[in-house]
Amino acid sequence: MAEDYVIEMLHITKEFPGIKANDDITLQLRKGEVHALLGENGAGKSTLMSVLFGLYQPEQGKILKNGKEVAIRNPNDANALGIGMVHQHFKLVECFSVLDNIILGVEPNKMGFLQKAEARKKVMALSEKYGLRVDPDALVSDISVGMQQRVEILKMLYRDNEILIFDEPTAVLTPQEIDELMEIMRGFKKEGKSILFITHKLNEIMAVADRCTVLRKGKYMGTVDIKDTTKEELSRRMVGRDVQLQVEKQPAHPGETVLDVENVTIHNDQRKKDVVKDVSFKVHAGEIVCLAGIEGNGQTEFIYGLTGLSKLSGGKLTLDGKDITHESIRQRSKDGMGHIPEDRHKHGLVLDFSLENNIVLQRYWQPEFQKGGFIRADKVREYSDRLIEQYDVRSGQGSLTTVRSMSGGNQQKAIIAREIDRDPKLLVAVQPTRGLDVGAIEYIHRQIVAERDKGKAVLLVSLELDEVMNLSDRILVMYEGEIVGEFDPKTTTVQELGLYMAGARKQGKEEQ
Amino acid sequence: MLLLIKYTLLYGIVLMLVALGGMFSEHSGIINIALEGIMVIGGVAGVLTLTMLPASLSPFLVVLISILVAALAGVIYSLLLAFASINLKADQTIGGTALNLLATAIAVVISKYFSESGSAKLNYSNKPFLFSIGGLELSVFVPLGLILLVVSYIVLYKTRFGLRLRACGEHPQAADSVGINVYKMRYAGVILSGALGAVGGLAYIVPPVQTWNFEVGVAGAGFLALAVMIFGQWKPFHIFGAAMFFAVFKSLANIADSTFLAQLHWSSNIYNMMPFVASMVILAFTSKNSMAPKAEGIPYDKGSR
Repeated sequence: MAEDYVIEMLHITKEFPGIKANDDITLQLRKGEVHALLGENGAGKSTLMSVLFGLYQPEQGKILKNGKEVAIRNPNDANALGIGMVHQHFKLVECFSVLDNIILGVEPNKMGFLQKAEARKKVMALSEKYGLRVDPDALVSDISVGMQQRVEILKMLYRDNEILIFDEPTAVLTPQEIDELMEIMRGFKKEGKSILFITHKLNEIMAVADRCTVLRKGKYMGTVDIKDTTKEELSRRMVGRDVQLQVEKQPAHPGETVLDVENVTIHNDQRKKDVVKDVSFKVHAGEIVCLAGIEGNGQTEFIYGLTGLSKLSGGKLTLDGKDITHESIRQRSKDGMGHIPEDRHKHGLVLDFSLENNIVLQRYWQPEFQKGGFIRADKVREYSDRLIEQYDVRSGQGSLTTVRSMSGGNQQKAIIAREIDRDPKLLVAVQPTRGLDVGAIEYIHRQIVAERDKGKAVLLVSLELDEVMNLSDRILVMYEGEIVGEFDPKTTTVQELGLYMAGARKQGKEEQ
Repeated sequence: MLLLIKYTLLYGIVLMLVALGGMFSEHSGIINIALEGIMVIGGVAGVLTLTMLPASLSPFLVVLISILVAALAGVIYSLLLAFASINLKADQTIGGTALNLLATAIAVVISKYFSESGSAKLNYSNKPFLFSIGGLELSVFVPLGLILLVVSYIVLYKTRFGLRLRACGEHPQAADSVGINVYKMRYAGVILSGALGAVGGLAYIVPPVQTWNFEVGVAGAGFLALAVMIFGQWKPFHIFGAAMFFAVFKSLANIADSTFLAQLHWSSNIYNMMPFVASMVILAFTSKNSMAPKAEGIPYDKGSR
């Protein structure tokens, strides 16, 4: 072969019970290139990388390193071949120091006793060389997510890896940190290291990658040179049809105040601090207000307080003119609050219940569905069938399907059907599209906009800046439990939001 | 006062040894609630060895052999827990409880078989295990325990093994991703707890008395050691402190009659209750900000990520 491939994965097939996660996939990585691996959730990107990293064994296919076939049975084999990986969910031991995490598995030692001084020297040298600043003695639990990612990168460098896999590395970063990461990747490229970059974000691919391999539903959809392609072309390959990358919506016509949040503070006993600090804002009928921010800046806790999952330490909540500060969860729901929870498995669904029971979960106690404490099964079935039809929830056995067996997108549709159909005045949607494929995202975005157009107030919490910019009529940025700025999506930029999300800037209170 | 020190050391070292055992197991990610049973097994194995060794053997060898046999028995018994919770991925609490029930039963059967009286009582000589320093009578387990304490600390924090063991208890997926065999490390943790727990069982039974009725097992000392481990926040020297703290309470019961405490005219039951009451109170206050290994109690499955 004329071309110089450092790694080739040829005709890889990997099956899990009931699903072909990888079906005859070929991926060839050149030396010194940034090679993107693009695909929707569930397209098989992570499976393919796990095969390369030795976490899974493929049923068919082979892996070549510099033209020679190799067997990778476990991460040690991968490491010995110079393959390193930054996992999507960091593999760091939180109560260990940065240094301990970096050396774990390849500890320099004499007779089993750790020799940390040597390790520290090497880590400091690497961190200097590549501009990856870390404090080797800090505990991982005390450092930021961006910093943790640097630790993961240093782990690969410490092992002298030449082939670096990044699994969705930008999902947890601010726009500025993303730019930094891109710069670091370019630096590695110059050093002759080869990079595999897994993502579903087209902008990042266009910015940094040389070539891109596309997967769809476990199948190989071809490899393209980035300089000869466009975003539209890539997304068509990824999804299999033309996709509306922008949500179509008319300007908002805000009406009466529906939700009034006044000076809400929430104290977290475990972390011994206020995780939500003196937050005040209003949501009006007919507008989508988005609470943006990096994960862990108090959004989750605020929503818990708003929906009644936890108590407020201070402040007042008014829904449609009624004080709901001390109301129960059910009362809030009766008063007109719909909640699409962040964690659909934990707070949204009873996974081992049938679909119909999950759909009626918010209203089974209403006279329509029960008589003298007995559930009226026929009414429940009727109602559930109607919602399944109307909201296009797809499942194996209709109303009787166990929710656990449904796809994430359809689980989410079931929740949305349940919440929207109750006709709430306020819809609280927390990361409604997390982990879903482009088709489902499109659908959910349309539903949310439709609710707004019907005059509902929508409070959206999202970590995806694209979603924030696309969907909202007003953006509030949360940083360390405070609202640090309010923006109009038409006049702001992702970069500006990023600065506020990272805490580098803050608007004065009077702008509220 | 000398008596108080004697009893405190005697009992405290037992709690510490067993708690150190539990600590190794839990740092590897396996909750070892079977410590009580492991103590009993170690006790019965060690005591039987003691009765069978020829009287002519030097005291040093008697001590060494019975400790080694006890440790070996504990290791074998703890393998049951390791197999159930690592290979079969069974619930560790239930597995441990079953082993606790089983241990006393095994000990009773064995001791009845070997006992001259036909009851579960075994007689033995504790002389080889005792020595005196300036009027303070101590058991060999005191210096042995202190050595094991220092060794445990070094192993846990200064060696490659310790770093890897702790990684498996905190974040086994992370350990796996850097090529550490989580199953092996967890076996190692449980085996260490079996050895230390069994030696602790022997140390509990032998030094104070010359006869033991195995129907009472070790009377909850294993559970108390678990409390000591938690109070000691899974750290060796903290565990030592916690063990001594509990032991002081327990020892008060033994010396109450012969000191000024006798004038209080309390039933000795009150003193006997003290370590347990103290552990409840302390756990109620300290368990909130626990430093427990995060992944303990969760069977590790390579497939799930």
